[in-house]
Amino acid sequence: MRKLGKLTGVVLSAVMAVSMLAGCGSQAKSGAFKIGAIGPFTGDAAIYGLAVKNGADIAIKEINEAGGINGFKIEYNSQDDELDNEKSVNAYNALKDWGMQILVGSTTSGCSIAVSAESSADNMFQLTPSGSAKDCIATPNAFQVCFNDPNQGIASAQYIGSNKLASKVAVIYNSSDPYSNGIYEKFAKEAANQPFEIVSAEAFTSDSKSDFSVQLQKAKENGAELVFLPIYYSEASLILTQSASAGYGFKFFGCDGLDGILGVDNFDKSLAEGVMLLTPFAADATDEKTQSFVKKYQEAYGEIPNQFAADAYDAIYIIKAAIEAANATPDMSVSDLCEAMKVQMGKISVDGLTGLSMTWDEEGAVNKAPKAMEIKNGEYALIQN
Amino acid sequence: MAFLSYLINGISLGAVYAIIALGYTMVYGIAKMLNFAHGDVIMIGSYVVFCVVSMLNLPVWLGILISVLVCTILGVTIEAIAYRPLRQATSSLTVLITAIGVSYFLQNVALLIFGANTKAFSSVVPLDAVKIGDSLTVTGESIVTIIACIIIMIVLTLFVNKTKAGRAMLAVSEDKGAAQLMGINVNKTISLTFAIGSALAAIAGVLLCSAYPSLTPYTGSMPGIKAFVAAVFGGIGSIPGAFIGGIILGIIENLSKAYISSQLSDAIVFCVLIIVLVVKPTGLLGKKLQEKV
Amino acid sequence: MKELFKKNKDTLITLGIVTGAYIVIEILLKAGALSSLFKGLLVPLCAYIILAVSLNLTVGILGELSLGHAGFMCIGAFTSAFFSKITVGVINPGWLRFVFAILIGFFFAGLFGFLIGMPVLRLKGDYLAIVTLAFGEIIKNIINVLYIGRDSKGLHFSIKDSVSLGLEEDGQMLINGAQGITGTPKDSTFTAGFILIMITLVIILNFIKSREGRAVMAIRDNVIAAESVGINVTKYKLLAFSLSAALAGVAGVLYSHNLNSLMATTKNFGYNMSIMILVFVVLGGIGSIRGSVISAIILTLLPELLRGLSTYRMLIYAIVLIAMMLFNWAPSARAFRERMVAKLPFFKKKSAEKEV
Repeated sequence: MRKLGKLTGVVLSAVMAVSMLAGCGSQAKSGAFKIGAIGPFTGDAAIYGLAVKNGADIAIKEINEAGGINGFKIEYNSQDDELDNEKSVNAYNALKDWGMQILVGSTTSGCSIAVSAESSADNMFQLTPSGSAKDCIATPNAFQVCFNDPNQGIASAQYIGSNKLASKVAVIYNSSDPYSNGIYEKFAKEAANQPFEIVSAEAFTSDSKSDFSVQLQKAKENGAELVFLPIYYSEASLILTQSASAGYGFKFFGCDGLDGILGVDNFDKSLAEGVMLLTPFAADATDEKTQSFVKKYQEAYGEIPNQFAADAYDAIYIIKAAIEAANATPDMSVSDLCEAMKVQMGKISVDGLTGLSMTWDEEGAVNKAPKAMEIKNGEYALIQN
Repeated sequence: MAFLSYLINGISLGAVYAIIALGYTMVYGIAKMLNFAHGDVIMIGSYVVFCVVSMLNLPVWLGILISVLVCTILGVTIEAIAYRPLRQATSSLTVLITAIGVSYFLQNVALLIFGANTKAFSSVVPLDAVKIGDSLTVTGESIVTIIACIIIMIVLTLFVNKTKAGRAMLAVSEDKGAAQLMGINVNKTISLTFAIGSALAAIAGVLLCSAYPSLTPYTGSMPGIKAFVAAVFGGIGSIPGAFIGGIILGIIENLSKAYISSQLSDAIVFCVLIIVLVVKPTGLLGKKLQEKV
Repeated sequence: MKELFKKNKDTLITLGIVTGAYIVIEILLKAGALSSLFKGLLVPLCAYIILAVSLNLTVGILGELSLGHAGFMCIGAFTSAFFSKITVGVINPGWLRFVFAILIGFFFAGLFGFLIGMPVLRLKGDYLAIVTLAFGEIIKNIINVLYIGRDSKGLHFSIKDSVSLGLEEDGQMLINGAQGITGTPKDSTFTAGFILIMITLVIILNFIKSREGRAVMAIRDNVIAAESVGINVTKYKLLAFSLSAALAGVAGVLYSHNLNSLMATTKNFGYNMSIMILVFVVLGGIGSIRGSVISAIILTLLPELLRGLSTYRMLIYAIVLIAMMLFNWAPSARAFRERMVAKLPFFKKKSAEKEV
């Protein structure tokens, strides 16, 4: 009797196999640029992947409404990688089957590195909006929109040092997250050259990221005045809450991952009062570009966009600028398109939400000025200095 | 002084594990299955309270009541659809797998309805933190959680040992077949177990999110696993064992973070678990397994 | 000869099916008829099949529940990727290096299986399950804080951060904490995966038939009875458990040499993966090796095929998983199926044959 179960199994897998065969011949020439995006749309990191997906979508709609790139429309597809390097490669292959010519992704560092091995073999242009590890752009076809981790760590240490924010600093970071780890290490290295001292550096992991009492208490015991948080805002909001309820009275300083903390539904914004962060994007900046983007995003998705959405939005416009500069057309092969755009990436300068006149160096890293923000009266305010 | 503070924070953390572990152990003790979806029922319960209290601005007690109701119905439905058909299956593992399926299902439903964005849960505990001396503070949430935990533990123990329905549960847990012969409706009894377990999940959810006010569709999964560990630690199936297991787990986690390594605290917690189980193979308060020939 | 065939009929059928599938896929590959997605999935598929089959040895044949199988895979993946990374350019050609990597993954995962199995295999049921889960989490946690670098002075280790390694300027990070190992040579191929599946199947199917395998199954069915006829329970349990772990390590080697960036996350080496492998085994039928192979294929392809559903993908996946479990294993569903099958003349004879 077990036979039937097995038979259904065999039939099912056969059907699947056959249905997977199809789709290869879709390299047909079309009159549109096919852009694909990859990120975690389900799972613990869905918040970042969905932001990238939605941010890119808004930019693409804008461009298509305005007549496209060089008169060609953009077709858009996005695939889930569940924050898994292996699934990210699967997503890349699925997009390739769909006919992707340019990749916006992956959202996270590890996935981006894994995918770049594949994309460089295909010589496909890859622009990661938020993969911040240095290895993300190790291949010549890959570029970044966000700052890389070492940059952020060094810039943070220098900012704290040169503005004399504190003489004793504590760090709380996520040791199981490459982003957080990367920033912390460079921060610690640079701190040696700065007029402050790291008195405690405590980690947490993805498996125990709700209780921070020990980390905060250690910072207090060691007399820290300022706590550096190179982490994402979900955990940071918990740290702020727990620090406030214990009455520690730290100053907090963070990186771009902290941006979005004011967008957490129902978050008591007074807790974040005085938090400083180095971030390229703030959702309530007053310039017209940001405001129009935030408005559109809220209308479409009912949420305030975070920095990931802004990075993805910029990524699309950067691609547009590179294509226009190269005078490329959709009927070029993936590899030719990549070669043409690669050359232009070293020349173009793009004004985006996350920075004015962004340029790229030979390695593919971005040059843009980080903005120091302070949260005042429940809003991000640019620190003038 | 610092040590005392770490200890108290550890107990607070442990109380949250304990209250989740109570639900785990209850279902395990009677239905003999690991309900991997328990953590996700907690998450659903928290979302219900969040919607009622923070979005509709209704009073907190109503939110908790609605959440308990929703979770109870959810728990009974899950049992009837996904678990009951497999109760007579050849291997008890099959039902473990559907529980995992249910867990994925609940997470993804929540993701579609509420989105991936973190929601800050406002604490439903009106109690202020208590300060002892200079550096010792005990938050209102941990006091309420510990008290709630003890009350639930006592009520559950009394219920199981003293009431007719509770004794029926004990009978089912000992021997389903014999219980049926004695006129106990096994299906109803197990449904009741799931109803109670899920109602506990709702309460656990409220307390979990009051203590750690960050709510996402995946909020329940890691505390669920930790609580499972706590339940096994204390001897799975034993109600006081779940309480003790939870508290000890919390203390070990915090002390190892404080004095050994904050990066390796998970590994240390699990190492202690392995050592305890090697020494006492059925957990701290677990029943001795008897081998029948 | 006929005797030999009869004796090993089941084994040969399983091996035949796998070989047939391999040949068909190879032909399609050569003809260029496969989509990129499917091509990309081939090596992971092989790894998952090996994982499912090897876990079935623990769950089905030994009869113990293990929730830490991904931990052994993790050990195999990291030890072998580390080896390959330091010997790239030293050991040539590539295939020889890969063979060494496989042996290293096999050995270390098996060693850890032995070390962890020794104290904990006397635990029973869910207690053993939780200990194996704990073990998997420990491995993942330790790898996430492990830093190894190399410079002209040799290797440097740390379990704190990369700064404390004190590397020279031109030093190279080999294992970089949570960032894991980047730049493992891509040695895994579909053919290598196929050969490893065949080796795994031969090892396991022969093990089941061997004297040792029969002893293990006797222990599964009744420990006391097995003990009373003089079977060394600890020895055979350890043997099966370590073998299962070692083969999971091989799957890890295959997995890690297919990815440029190897990190230990909950998703790929944590309890999530362990549970996923268990799902393969249980859905395919506990103790049925062929069932494990088939369900590993189905459940790996399913979420990829559902990509068109975009945000509903994982929801549908969960529903299909529950439905498949109910349909395959609920006694009422089985009875229903039996009735339906009885009506079909084609199956009547076959199902009667099976009963014998």
